[in-house]
Amino acid sequence: MKIEVVDVTKTFGCHRALDGVTLQVDDGELVALLGPSGCGKTTLLRIIAGLETADQGEVLFDGENASGRHARERRVGFVFQHYALFRHMTVFGNVAFGLRVRPRRQRPGRAQIRQRVYELLRLVQLEEFAGSYPAQLSGGQRQRVALARALALQPRVLLLDEPFGALDAKVRQELRRWLRRLHDELHVTSVFVTHDQEEALEVADRVVVMNQGGIMQIGTPPDVFHNPASEFVMNFLGSVNVFHGRVEGGRAFLGPLQVDCSSDHPLARPARALVRPYNLDLDTRSNGRPCFLATVRHIHAAGPRVKVELTTEAGAFVEVDLAPERYQELNLSVGESVFVSARDVRVFVGDEPERSHRLEFQDGDSPTVMDDLRPGTEGRSG
Amino acid sequence: MKGDRSIASETKMGFCRRRNRRVLPGFRLTLGFTLLYLSLLVLIPLSTLVLWMGRLGWEELWSTFTAPRTLAAYRLSLLGALIAAGTNAVFGLLVAWVLVRYRFPGRRLLDTLVDLPFALPTAVAGIALTAIYAPTGVIGRLFASVGIQTAYSPLGVVLAMVFVSLPFVIRITQPVLQDIDREVEEAAATLGATRLQTFTRVILPAIIPAVLTGFAMAFARAVGEYGSIVFISGNMPGRTEIVPLLIMTRLEEFNYAGATSVALVLLLLSFVMLLLINLLQAWIRRGAPV
Repeated sequence: MKIEVVDVTKTFGCHRALDGVTLQVDDGELVALLGPSGCGKTTLLRIIAGLETADQGEVLFDGENASGRHARERRVGFVFQHYALFRHMTVFGNVAFGLRVRPRRQRPGRAQIRQRVYELLRLVQLEEFAGSYPAQLSGGQRQRVALARALALQPRVLLLDEPFGALDAKVRQELRRWLRRLHDELHVTSVFVTHDQEEALEVADRVVVMNQGGIMQIGTPPDVFHNPASEFVMNFLGSVNVFHGRVEGGRAFLGPLQVDCSSDHPLARPARALVRPYNLDLDTRSNGRPCFLATVRHIHAAGPRVKVELTTEAGAFVEVDLAPERYQELNLSVGESVFVSARDVRVFVGDEPERSHRLEFQDGDSPTVMDDLRPGTEGRSG
Repeated sequence: MKGDRSIASETKMGFCRRRNRRVLPGFRLTLGFTLLYLSLLVLIPLSTLVLWMGRLGWEELWSTFTAPRTLAAYRLSLLGALIAAGTNAVFGLLVAWVLVRYRFPGRRLLDTLVDLPFALPTAVAGIALTAIYAPTGVIGRLFASVGIQTAYSPLGVVLAMVFVSLPFVIRITQPVLQDIDREVEEAAATLGATRLQTFTRVILPAIIPAVLTGFAMAFARAVGEYGSIVFISGNMPGRTEIVPLLIMTRLEEFNYAGATSVALVLLLLSFVMLLLINLLQAWIRRGAPV
């Protein structure tokens, strides 16, 4: 089923949780609402579920206004972060609850309920736990019970509020993959909330990045990751190195970096350049590429990538992510001075990170060309 | 009940001690003290009661039990306590609900007020209740005008019982209600449950063990209450005489055996209540941590 959220605003006291949010989720899609805590993502989910009412705006299910309908009439499945299982009921009782509370005329018979519940328990691989109480299950199992319970009524929409937030890393990863598989099987329109960018990028068809009650960007995971619309999105979707500076007369001066750019603004304006750690490269000699000098402070070599922490001459912190082969080739040691060059620099102009916009550069006609952008020829120490 | 609990936790401690030394020492000392303390305070006095009764013949005992006056006292004490505990189970739950669920000015004051029947000396409570419910009292007059006698009648006894056993259900259900997650109710709503279904199927099962425990404690307290009831009841033998008063009367007659035998039934009753309370508490713990 298609969900449309139109211009929804919600205020708690004097805190504006949602500010004119408009969003569309297509039939059978799996969408992630991603953002830092307090950005309004959970509020939006609860408004879609009918657990919260919007001050303004509407929620449409398949084009039909659902704003006035109570949560119990919306036929949404909702999965809570802390499971919210009925602890005095067995796993079977929990899953059967939705079927048992149906009005008498629509209520399936005992045998039918039994059959349906076991079908769902098979789906979440918890058949042998039908008679257990929630207290006897692990966190991951409880969350699967919660999911089975939410699916019992064949909901038109499945909403998950930080479904894996309370679980440990390993179980989380497993359940994440399992949720994706489950969605591919059932094709029920699903929206899930998370503050974990990795989770959102891995599981979702589309990611909605939110901040301060508004939507920052909507796109497929590769889209939002490789083409962040704002500094906030780029910053939130992974670690970045930030170089502060200004844009003036067609050039951006950003600490050790200088970049040509087409700012038609006559006055100098503050700007920041963001570079992902894996888009920085190190060299022991100047190789002719634009670069700047930095000192190695720390090396984390445990992991698939080698993380090198450096400080520039001005004292700024820089993180570089190297392939292990490259690291061995360089034979780095702490305290050594190395040349840092950048492959992909993104410059954002504006005072606040949230309101800043990306600059178009002279050597690129469209923003996509930016991927290839090189720092200017006069790196300060290059 | 207290004793039972502390012994349970100590055996657990002892079990742990074998594997690794506890940070805090003193298991033996504290267990020794606990046993001595409970023996002195609880076991020895109670066993004396049983010994006393042993001096009576069965026939004598039986005739004491079945005397109309004794039976009437039991009937009043037990029925009255049952009604009082039942009343408090329903309205105590309501008060607990209001105190837990809503935020309003004066809530803390109200919360403190609940403890008043515990804090107040029962004699003071008795005098106050009598003053209000006597046929000339503020409320008693209203009832009297429609022909209902409050003080000096079984109704007065029940009123005093309700008063003294008020805090139990409230204080026991409060933390349990607090514990109920809002999300559980929301989950029920998204699953299509109506408000009534959410209450009867989700909330009530979660709190009913606590309500029953509160009920049992309120009942035990009401059966044993003496101080406040003697003022309001009028103490008419066979009509408004409660069991504890009957024991007192027997003692004043130097009829120790009679007093003891009446007391013993009360003791047995307390034991049954204690057992019931413990069973209920085990039931509460059954599905506790989620």
